[in-house]
Amino acid sequence: MKKTDTIIIGAGPVGLFAVHQLGIKGLKSIVIDNLDKAGGQCIELYPDKPIYDIPAVPECTGEELTKKLLEQIKPFRTEFFLNERVEEVKQDKENWIVKTNNKNEFLAPNIIIAGGVGSFEPRKLSVKEAEKFEGKSLFYAVRNKEQFKNKNISIFGGGDSALDWALELSKFSKINLIHRREEFRGAPHTLSEIKKLEKDGTISIKTPCQLDSIQGDTNIESITLKFDDGKNEKIKTDIVLSFFGLIMKLGPIAEWGLSMNKKTIEVNSENFQTNKKGIFAAGDICTYPGKLKLILSGFHEVALASVECFKRARPNEKYRFEFTTSSKNIQERLGKK
Amino acid sequence: MPKITYKDNQGNSKTIEVENGLSIMEGAIQNDIPGIDADCGGSMACATCHVYVEEKWLNKLPKAEDAEVDMIDMAHEPKKNSRLSCQLIVSEELEGLTVTTPKKQS
Repeated sequence: MKKTDTIIIGAGPVGLFAVHQLGIKGLKSIVIDNLDKAGGQCIELYPDKPIYDIPAVPECTGEELTKKLLEQIKPFRTEFFLNERVEEVKQDKENWIVKTNNKNEFLAPNIIIAGGVGSFEPRKLSVKEAEKFEGKSLFYAVRNKEQFKNKNISIFGGGDSALDWALELSKFSKINLIHRREEFRGAPHTLSEIKKLEKDGTISIKTPCQLDSIQGDTNIESITLKFDDGKNEKIKTDIVLSFFGLIMKLGPIAEWGLSMNKKTIEVNSENFQTNKKGIFAAGDICTYPGKLKLILSGFHEVALASVECFKRARPNEKYRFEFTTSSKNIQERLGKK
Repeated sequence: MPKITYKDNQGNSKTIEVENGLSIMEGAIQNDIPGIDADCGGSMACATCHVYVEEKWLNKLPKAEDAEVDMIDMAHEPKKNSRLSCQLIVSEELEGLTVTTPKKQS
Protein backbone atom coordinates (compact mmCIF):
# COMPACT_ATOMS: atom_id res chain seq x y z
CA MET A 1 0.00 0.00 0.00
CA LYS A 2 1.37 3.41 -0.98
CA LYS A 3 1.18 6.26 1.52
CA THR A 4 0.79 9.85 0.47
CA ASP A 5 -0.69 13.12 1.75
CA THR A 6 -3.47 13.43 -0.81
CA ILE A 7 -5.03 11.09 -3.35
CA ILE A 8 -6.33 13.03 -6.34
CA ILE A 9 -9.01 11.34 -8.40
CA GLY A 10 -9.08 12.79 -11.92
CA ALA A 11 -6.20 14.16 -14.01
CA GLY A 12 -8.15 16.97 -15.66
CA PRO A 13 -7.09 20.60 -15.29
CA VAL A 14 -8.47 20.85 -11.76
CA GLY A 15 -6.78 17.64 -10.58
CA LEU A 16 -3.49 18.84 -12.07
CA PHE A 17 -3.71 22.23 -10.39
CA ALA A 18 -4.50 20.48 -7.12
CA VAL A 19 -1.06 18.85 -7.37
CA HIS A 20 0.40 22.36 -7.62
CA GLN A 21 -1.51 23.86 -4.71
CA LEU A 22 -0.65 20.90 -2.49
CA GLY A 23 2.93 20.80 -3.75
CA ILE A 24 3.75 24.39 -2.91
CA LYS A 25 2.52 23.69 0.63
CA GLY A 26 4.94 20.78 0.82
CA LEU A 27 2.31 18.06 0.47
CA LYS A 28 2.79 14.97 -1.67
CA SER A 29 0.03 13.64 -3.88
CA ILE A 30 -0.70 10.92 -6.39
CA VAL A 31 -3.16 11.17 -9.28
CA ILE A 32 -5.46 8.43 -10.58
CA ASP A 33 -7.36 8.64 -13.89
CA ASN A 34 -9.26 6.18 -16.05
CA LEU A 35 -7.98 7.70 -19.30
CA ASP A 36 -4.56 6.80 -20.69
CA LYS A 37 -3.33 10.38 -20.43
CA ALA A 38 -3.70 13.51 -18.31
CA GLY A 39 -6.06 16.32 -19.34
CA GLY A 40 -9.56 14.98 -18.74
CA GLN A 41 -12.30 16.59 -20.79
CA CYS A 42 -9.78 19.14 -22.17
CA ILE A 43 -7.93 16.34 -23.93
CA GLU A 44 -10.76 13.93 -24.59
CA LEU A 45 -13.56 16.25 -25.65
CA TYR A 46 -11.98 19.42 -26.99
CA PRO A 47 -8.19 19.16 -27.46
CA ASP A 48 -8.32 21.57 -30.43
CA LYS A 49 -11.06 23.93 -29.28
CA PRO A 50 -9.85 27.29 -28.01
CA ILE A 51 -10.67 28.25 -24.43
CA TYR A 52 -10.98 32.00 -23.84
CA ASP A 53 -11.61 32.31 -20.11
CA ILE A 54 -8.42 31.22 -18.40
CA PRO A 55 -7.19 34.32 -16.53
CA ALA A 56 -4.24 36.00 -18.26
CA VAL A 57 -4.34 33.45 -21.10
CA PRO A 58 -6.39 35.13 -23.86
CA GLU A 59 -6.67 31.95 -25.88
CA CYS A 60 -5.43 28.38 -25.61
CA THR A 61 -6.66 24.93 -26.62
CA GLY A 62 -7.52 22.13 -24.22
CA GLU A 63 -4.31 20.40 -25.21
CA GLU A 64 -2.16 23.49 -24.65
CA LEU A 65 -3.73 24.10 -21.25
CA THR A 66 -2.97 20.52 -20.22
CA LYS A 67 0.65 20.79 -21.38
CA LYS A 68 1.14 24.03 -19.44
CA LEU A 69 -0.37 22.57 -16.28
CA LEU A 70 1.86 19.48 -16.55
CA GLU A 71 4.85 21.75 -16.97
CA GLN A 72 3.79 23.78 -13.93
CA ILE A 73 3.65 20.70 -11.68
CA LYS A 74 6.81 19.06 -13.00
CA PRO A 75 8.92 20.12 -9.96
CA PHE A 76 6.72 17.98 -7.70
CA ARG A 77 7.50 14.73 -9.60
CA THR A 78 4.02 13.42 -8.92
CA GLU A 79 3.23 9.82 -9.68
CA PHE A 80 0.30 9.25 -12.06
CA PHE A 81 -1.77 6.08 -12.17
CA LEU A 82 -3.44 6.17 -15.58
CA ASN A 83 -5.84 3.65 -17.15
CA GLU A 84 -7.03 3.03 -13.61
CA ARG A 85 -10.36 3.61 -12.00
CA VAL A 86 -10.98 3.99 -8.29
CA GLU A 87 -13.31 1.23 -7.19
CA GLU A 88 -13.43 1.50 -3.43
CA VAL A 89 -12.95 4.12 -0.73
CA LYS A 90 -12.71 2.97 2.87
CA GLN A 91 -12.11 4.80 6.12
CA ASP A 92 -9.18 3.78 8.30
CA LYS A 93 -9.26 5.95 11.47
CA GLU A 94 -8.08 9.41 10.33
CA ASN A 95 -7.07 8.10 6.92
CA TRP A 96 -8.70 6.90 3.74
CA ILE A 97 -7.82 3.78 1.79
CA VAL A 98 -8.42 3.87 -1.94
CA LYS A 99 -8.41 0.76 -4.12
CA THR A 100 -8.30 0.77 -7.91
CA ASN A 101 -9.44 -1.74 -10.51
CA ASN A 102 -5.75 -2.37 -11.14
CA LYS A 103 -5.32 -3.66 -7.58
CA ASN A 104 -3.34 -0.62 -6.43
CA GLU A 105 -3.96 0.58 -2.87
CA PHE A 106 -3.29 3.99 -1.45
CA LEU A 107 -3.50 5.44 2.05
CA ALA A 108 -3.84 9.16 2.75
CA PRO A 109 -5.57 11.56 5.15
CA ASN A 110 -7.07 13.39 2.16
CA ILE A 111 -8.85 12.61 -1.10
CA ILE A 112 -9.64 15.28 -3.65
CA ILE A 113 -12.25 14.14 -6.14
CA ALA A 114 -11.76 16.17 -9.32
CA GLY A 115 -13.60 13.72 -11.47
CA GLY A 116 -15.48 16.01 -13.86
CA VAL A 117 -18.62 14.18 -14.90
CA GLY A 118 -17.14 10.80 -14.07
CA SER A 119 -14.74 8.48 -15.83
CA PHE A 120 -14.61 8.15 -19.60
CA GLU A 121 -15.71 4.82 -21.01
CA PRO A 122 -16.34 3.71 -24.58
CA ARG A 123 -19.89 4.16 -25.80
CA LYS A 124 -21.20 0.66 -26.39
CA LEU A 125 -23.36 -0.74 -29.15
CA SER A 126 -26.99 -0.69 -28.18
CA VAL A 127 -28.18 -4.06 -29.56
CA LYS A 128 -28.68 -6.39 -26.62
CA GLU A 129 -26.71 -9.32 -28.04
CA ALA A 130 -23.59 -7.12 -28.25
CA GLU A 131 -22.56 -7.78 -24.66
CA LYS A 132 -21.95 -11.51 -25.02
CA PHE A 133 -19.42 -10.96 -27.83
CA GLU A 134 -17.54 -8.16 -26.07
CA GLY A 135 -13.84 -8.89 -25.69
CA LYS A 136 -14.12 -11.99 -27.93
CA SER A 137 -15.18 -10.76 -31.34
CA LEU A 138 -16.50 -7.29 -30.53
CA PHE A 139 -14.08 -4.57 -29.42
CA TYR A 140 -14.24 -0.89 -28.54
CA ALA A 141 -10.50 -0.34 -28.84
CA VAL A 142 -7.60 -2.01 -30.62
CA ARG A 143 -4.95 -3.15 -28.18
CA ASN A 144 -3.19 -5.76 -30.31
CA LYS A 145 -3.74 -5.57 -34.04
CA GLU A 146 -2.18 -9.01 -34.62
CA GLN A 147 -5.45 -10.62 -33.56
CA PHE A 148 -7.21 -8.89 -36.46
CA LYS A 149 -5.13 -10.46 -39.24
CA ASN A 150 -6.85 -12.22 -42.16
CA LYS A 151 -10.39 -11.61 -40.91
CA ASN A 152 -13.60 -10.05 -42.11
CA ILE A 153 -13.81 -6.90 -40.01
CA SER A 154 -16.77 -4.55 -39.70
CA ILE A 155 -15.90 -1.13 -38.35
CA PHE A 156 -18.59 1.24 -37.08
CA GLY A 157 -18.13 4.99 -36.82
CA GLY A 158 -17.44 8.07 -38.90
CA GLY A 159 -14.58 9.74 -37.09
CA ASP A 160 -10.81 9.47 -37.06
CA SER A 161 -10.61 6.29 -34.97
CA ALA A 162 -12.89 4.42 -37.37
CA LEU A 163 -11.11 5.71 -40.48
CA ASP A 164 -7.58 5.23 -39.16
CA TRP A 165 -8.22 1.64 -38.11
CA ALA A 166 -10.04 0.85 -41.36
CA LEU A 167 -6.95 1.99 -43.23
CA GLU A 168 -4.46 0.24 -40.96
CA LEU A 169 -6.27 -3.10 -40.74
CA SER A 170 -7.03 -3.13 -44.49
CA LYS A 171 -3.35 -4.01 -44.97
CA PHE A 172 -4.10 -7.58 -43.94
CA SER A 173 -7.87 -7.95 -43.63
CA LYS A 174 -11.09 -7.28 -45.50
CA ILE A 175 -12.90 -4.25 -44.08
CA ASN A 176 -16.50 -3.05 -44.04
CA LEU A 177 -16.70 0.57 -42.92
CA ILE A 178 -20.18 1.34 -41.66
CA HIS A 179 -21.58 4.78 -40.85
CA ARG A 180 -25.02 6.26 -40.25
CA ARG A 181 -24.64 9.00 -42.89
CA GLU A 182 -22.76 9.56 -46.16
CA GLU A 183 -20.31 12.11 -44.74
CA PHE A 184 -17.34 11.03 -42.68
CA ARG A 185 -15.68 13.48 -40.36
CA GLY A 186 -12.15 12.08 -40.29
CA ALA A 187 -9.07 13.70 -41.81
CA PRO A 188 -9.57 14.34 -45.57
CA HIS A 189 -6.29 12.60 -46.42
CA THR A 190 -7.33 9.37 -44.68
CA LEU A 191 -10.70 9.55 -46.35
CA SER A 192 -9.19 9.84 -49.83
CA GLU A 193 -6.93 6.84 -49.11
CA ILE A 194 -10.00 4.87 -48.08
CA LYS A 195 -11.88 5.86 -51.23
CA LYS A 196 -8.95 4.46 -53.27
CA LEU A 197 -9.10 1.16 -51.39
CA GLU A 198 -12.85 1.05 -51.92
CA LYS A 199 -12.24 1.03 -55.67
CA ASP A 200 -9.95 -2.00 -55.51
CA GLY A 201 -12.33 -3.83 -53.18
CA THR A 202 -10.25 -4.00 -49.97
CA ILE A 203 -12.60 -1.72 -48.10
CA SER A 204 -16.31 -1.69 -48.61
CA ILE A 205 -18.19 1.38 -47.39
CA LYS A 206 -21.75 0.92 -46.11
CA THR A 207 -23.78 4.11 -45.62
CA PRO A 208 -26.24 5.41 -44.51
CA CYS A 209 -27.10 2.57 -42.18
CA GLN A 210 -26.97 1.33 -38.64
CA LEU A 211 -26.51 -1.98 -36.89
CA ASP A 212 -29.74 -3.96 -36.64
CA SER A 213 -28.54 -7.23 -35.10
CA ILE A 214 -25.57 -9.55 -34.60
CA GLN A 215 -25.67 -13.27 -35.40
CA GLY A 216 -23.50 -16.01 -33.93
CA ASP A 217 -23.18 -18.32 -30.93
CA THR A 218 -19.88 -17.84 -29.14
CA ASN A 219 -18.29 -15.80 -31.89
CA ILE A 220 -19.81 -13.35 -34.34
CA GLU A 221 -20.68 -14.95 -37.68
CA SER A 222 -22.53 -12.12 -39.38
CA ILE A 223 -24.21 -8.79 -38.75
CA THR A 224 -27.37 -7.30 -40.19
CA LEU A 225 -27.40 -3.66 -41.22
CA LYS A 226 -30.50 -1.55 -41.62
CA PHE A 227 -30.25 1.11 -44.31
CA ASP A 228 -32.10 4.42 -44.20
CA ASP A 229 -34.28 3.34 -47.14
CA GLY A 230 -35.55 0.44 -45.02
CA LYS A 231 -33.54 -2.31 -46.72
CA ASN A 232 -31.55 -4.80 -44.67
CA GLU A 233 -28.23 -6.38 -45.55
CA LYS A 234 -26.56 -9.30 -43.85
CA ILE A 235 -22.78 -9.35 -44.06
CA LYS A 236 -20.33 -12.04 -43.05
CA THR A 237 -18.16 -10.78 -40.21
CA ASP A 238 -15.64 -12.27 -37.78
CA ILE A 239 -14.80 -9.10 -35.89
CA VAL A 240 -16.78 -5.96 -35.05
CA LEU A 241 -14.96 -2.80 -34.02
CA SER A 242 -17.09 0.07 -32.77
CA PHE A 243 -15.83 3.65 -32.43
CA PHE A 244 -18.64 5.84 -31.15
CA GLY A 245 -16.48 7.89 -28.85
CA LEU A 246 -16.48 7.96 -25.09
CA ILE A 247 -19.16 8.66 -22.56
CA MET A 248 -18.75 9.85 -19.01
CA LYS A 249 -19.94 7.64 -16.20
CA LEU A 250 -20.05 8.60 -12.57
CA GLY A 251 -19.35 4.98 -11.67
CA PRO A 252 -18.55 3.87 -8.11
CA ILE A 253 -18.27 7.45 -6.74
CA ALA A 254 -22.02 7.34 -6.15
CA GLU A 255 -21.54 4.50 -3.64
CA TRP A 256 -19.05 6.12 -1.28
CA GLY A 257 -21.65 7.59 1.04
CA LEU A 258 -21.10 11.17 -0.10
CA SER A 259 -24.10 13.44 -0.16
CA MET A 260 -25.00 13.90 -3.78
CA ASN A 261 -27.22 16.22 -5.77
CA LYS A 262 -28.10 14.50 -9.06
CA LYS A 263 -24.68 13.59 -10.44
CA THR A 264 -22.70 16.11 -8.40
CA ILE A 265 -21.17 16.00 -4.92
CA GLU A 266 -22.27 18.54 -2.32
CA VAL A 267 -19.46 20.52 -0.70
CA ASN A 268 -19.17 23.56 1.52
CA SER A 269 -17.67 26.55 -0.24
CA GLU A 270 -15.21 27.30 2.55
CA ASN A 271 -12.85 24.38 1.97
CA PHE A 272 -14.77 22.20 -0.51
CA GLN A 273 -14.99 19.32 1.89
CA THR A 274 -17.83 16.85 1.38
CA ASN A 275 -19.95 15.39 4.18
CA LYS A 276 -16.98 13.08 4.89
CA LYS A 277 -14.03 14.69 6.65
CA GLY A 278 -10.92 14.49 4.48
CA ILE A 279 -12.81 13.91 1.25
CA PHE A 280 -12.96 16.99 -0.94
CA ALA A 281 -14.58 17.56 -4.31
CA ALA A 282 -13.62 20.24 -6.83
CA GLY A 283 -14.30 21.19 -10.42
CA ASP A 284 -17.35 20.10 -12.41
CA ILE A 285 -18.19 17.29 -10.03
CA CYS A 286 -18.87 19.48 -7.00
CA THR A 287 -21.89 21.62 -6.27
CA TYR A 288 -22.64 24.46 -3.85
CA PRO A 289 -24.83 27.55 -4.05
CA GLY A 290 -23.71 29.64 -7.01
CA LYS A 291 -21.44 26.94 -8.48
CA LEU A 292 -20.18 27.66 -12.01
CA LYS A 293 -18.74 24.83 -14.06
CA LEU A 294 -15.68 26.76 -15.16
CA ILE A 295 -12.05 25.65 -15.11
CA LEU A 296 -11.14 28.79 -13.19
CA SER A 297 -13.69 27.97 -10.48
CA GLY A 298 -12.05 24.56 -10.12
CA PHE A 299 -8.65 26.20 -9.66
CA HIS A 300 -10.04 28.33 -6.83
CA GLU A 301 -11.72 25.32 -5.25
CA VAL A 302 -8.53 23.23 -5.05
CA ALA A 303 -6.54 26.19 -3.72
CA LEU A 304 -8.89 26.41 -0.74
CA ALA A 305 -9.20 22.64 -0.33
CA SER A 306 -5.41 22.30 -0.20
CA VAL A 307 -5.30 24.42 2.98
CA GLU A 308 -7.58 22.01 4.82
CA CYS A 309 -5.59 19.10 3.33
CA PHE A 310 -2.46 20.62 4.90
CA LYS A 311 -4.12 20.89 8.32
CA ARG A 312 -5.19 17.25 8.17
CA ALA A 313 -1.87 15.93 6.84
CA ARG A 314 0.29 18.01 9.23
CA PRO A 315 -1.81 18.28 12.40
CA ASN A 316 1.19 19.33 14.47
CA GLU A 317 2.31 22.13 12.18
CA LYS A 318 0.84 25.58 11.91
CA TYR A 319 -0.39 26.52 8.46
CA ARG A 320 1.22 29.69 7.18
CA PHE A 321 -0.16 31.46 4.15
CA GLU A 322 2.65 32.32 1.75
CA PHE A 323 3.08 34.02 -1.62
CA THR A 324 5.06 32.33 -4.41
CA THR A 325 6.76 35.67 -5.10
CA SER A 326 8.34 35.93 -1.67
CA SER A 327 8.36 32.51 0.01
CA LYS A 328 11.76 30.81 0.04
CA ASN A 329 10.07 27.54 0.98
CA ILE A 330 7.81 27.60 -2.03
CA GLN A 331 10.60 28.64 -4.37
CA GLU A 332 12.71 25.75 -3.10
CA ARG A 333 9.86 23.33 -3.69
CA LEU A 334 9.58 24.69 -7.21
CA GLY A 335 13.30 24.16 -7.69
CA LYS A 336 13.93 27.86 -8.14
CA LYS A 337 16.45 28.40 -5.39
CA MET B 1 -43.13 32.31 -22.65
CA PRO B 2 -43.19 29.63 -25.36
CA LYS B 3 -44.64 26.25 -24.42
CA ILE B 4 -42.37 23.32 -25.13
CA THR B 5 -43.48 19.69 -24.89
CA TYR B 6 -41.02 17.02 -23.78
CA LYS B 7 -42.10 13.48 -24.59
CA ASP B 8 -40.32 10.35 -23.42
CA ASN B 9 -40.00 7.24 -25.54
CA GLN B 10 -42.97 5.67 -23.75
CA GLY B 11 -45.20 8.53 -24.92
CA ASN B 12 -45.51 10.30 -21.54
CA SER B 13 -45.30 14.00 -22.06
CA LYS B 14 -44.91 17.19 -20.08
CA THR B 15 -45.51 20.69 -21.41
CA ILE B 16 -43.73 23.57 -19.75
CA GLU B 17 -43.10 27.22 -20.41
CA VAL B 18 -39.47 27.90 -21.16
CA GLU B 19 -37.99 31.37 -21.04
CA ASN B 20 -36.82 32.87 -24.34
CA GLY B 21 -33.08 32.55 -24.76
CA LEU B 22 -32.70 29.34 -22.77
CA SER B 23 -31.89 26.17 -24.66
CA ILE B 24 -34.34 23.27 -24.86
CA MET B 25 -31.75 21.36 -22.79
CA GLU B 26 -31.67 24.04 -20.06
CA GLY B 27 -35.48 24.12 -20.01
CA ALA B 28 -35.44 20.39 -19.29
CA ILE B 29 -32.71 20.51 -16.64
CA GLN B 30 -34.28 23.45 -14.76
CA ASN B 31 -37.66 21.75 -14.72
CA ASP B 32 -36.40 18.29 -13.77
CA ILE B 33 -37.52 16.71 -17.02
CA PRO B 34 -36.00 13.23 -17.10
CA GLY B 35 -34.31 11.77 -20.18
CA ILE B 36 -31.87 14.61 -20.87
CA ASP B 37 -28.49 14.22 -19.15
CA ALA B 38 -26.42 17.07 -20.63
CA ASP B 39 -23.19 15.76 -19.11
CA CYS B 40 -20.97 18.39 -20.70
CA GLY B 41 -23.21 21.27 -19.67
CA GLY B 42 -24.02 22.53 -23.16
CA SER B 43 -20.60 22.70 -24.81
CA MET B 44 -21.65 20.35 -27.62
CA ALA B 45 -19.15 17.78 -26.47
CA CYS B 46 -21.11 14.79 -25.24
CA ALA B 47 -24.36 14.06 -27.13
CA THR B 48 -26.28 13.27 -23.94
CA CYS B 49 -28.97 15.92 -24.54
CA HIS B 50 -30.00 14.19 -27.75
CA VAL B 51 -33.68 14.58 -28.77
CA TYR B 52 -35.86 13.75 -31.74
CA VAL B 53 -37.68 16.73 -33.18
CA GLU B 54 -41.16 16.41 -34.67
CA GLU B 55 -40.82 16.17 -38.47
CA LYS B 56 -42.91 19.27 -39.13
CA TRP B 57 -40.51 21.32 -37.02
CA LEU B 58 -37.30 20.12 -38.68
CA ASN B 59 -37.22 22.82 -41.36
CA LYS B 60 -38.35 25.58 -39.04
CA LEU B 61 -35.36 25.16 -36.75
CA PRO B 62 -32.00 26.73 -37.53
CA LYS B 63 -29.92 24.11 -39.35
CA ALA B 64 -27.49 22.06 -37.29
CA GLU B 65 -23.87 23.15 -37.57
CA ASP B 66 -21.34 20.58 -38.76
CA ALA B 67 -20.01 20.17 -35.23
CA GLU B 68 -23.50 19.30 -33.99
CA VAL B 69 -24.05 16.75 -36.76
CA ASP B 70 -20.65 15.21 -36.00
CA MET B 71 -21.58 14.96 -32.34
CA ILE B 72 -24.93 13.35 -33.18
CA ASP B 73 -22.93 10.49 -34.72
CA MET B 74 -22.02 9.66 -31.14
CA ALA B 75 -25.57 9.77 -29.83
CA HIS B 76 -27.62 6.74 -28.90
CA GLU B 77 -29.68 5.66 -31.94
CA PRO B 78 -29.50 8.80 -34.02
CA LYS B 79 -32.18 9.40 -36.65
CA LYS B 80 -32.80 11.96 -39.40
CA ASN B 81 -34.71 14.16 -36.94
CA SER B 82 -32.03 14.01 -34.24
CA ARG B 83 -30.81 17.25 -32.67
CA LEU B 84 -28.82 18.19 -29.60
CA SER B 85 -31.19 20.09 -27.36
CA CYS B 86 -28.38 22.32 -26.06
CA GLN B 87 -28.23 23.86 -29.54
CA LEU B 88 -31.96 24.65 -29.80
CA ILE B 89 -32.55 28.10 -28.36
CA VAL B 90 -36.08 28.92 -27.29
CA SER B 91 -37.83 31.86 -28.98
CA GLU B 92 -41.45 32.78 -29.75
CA GLU B 93 -41.09 30.94 -33.08
CA LEU B 94 -40.69 27.67 -31.17
CA GLU B 95 -44.08 27.98 -29.43
CA GLY B 96 -45.60 24.50 -29.44
CA LEU B 97 -42.42 22.58 -30.27
CA THR B 98 -42.41 18.92 -29.22
CA VAL B 99 -39.20 16.99 -28.66
CA THR B 100 -38.95 13.30 -27.84
CA THR B 101 -36.13 11.92 -25.72
CA PRO B 102 -34.45 8.68 -26.84
CA LYS B 103 -34.58 5.39 -24.91
CA LYS B 104 -31.35 6.37 -23.25
CA GLN B 105 -28.66 8.98 -23.60
CA SER B 106 -25.53 6.87 -23.46
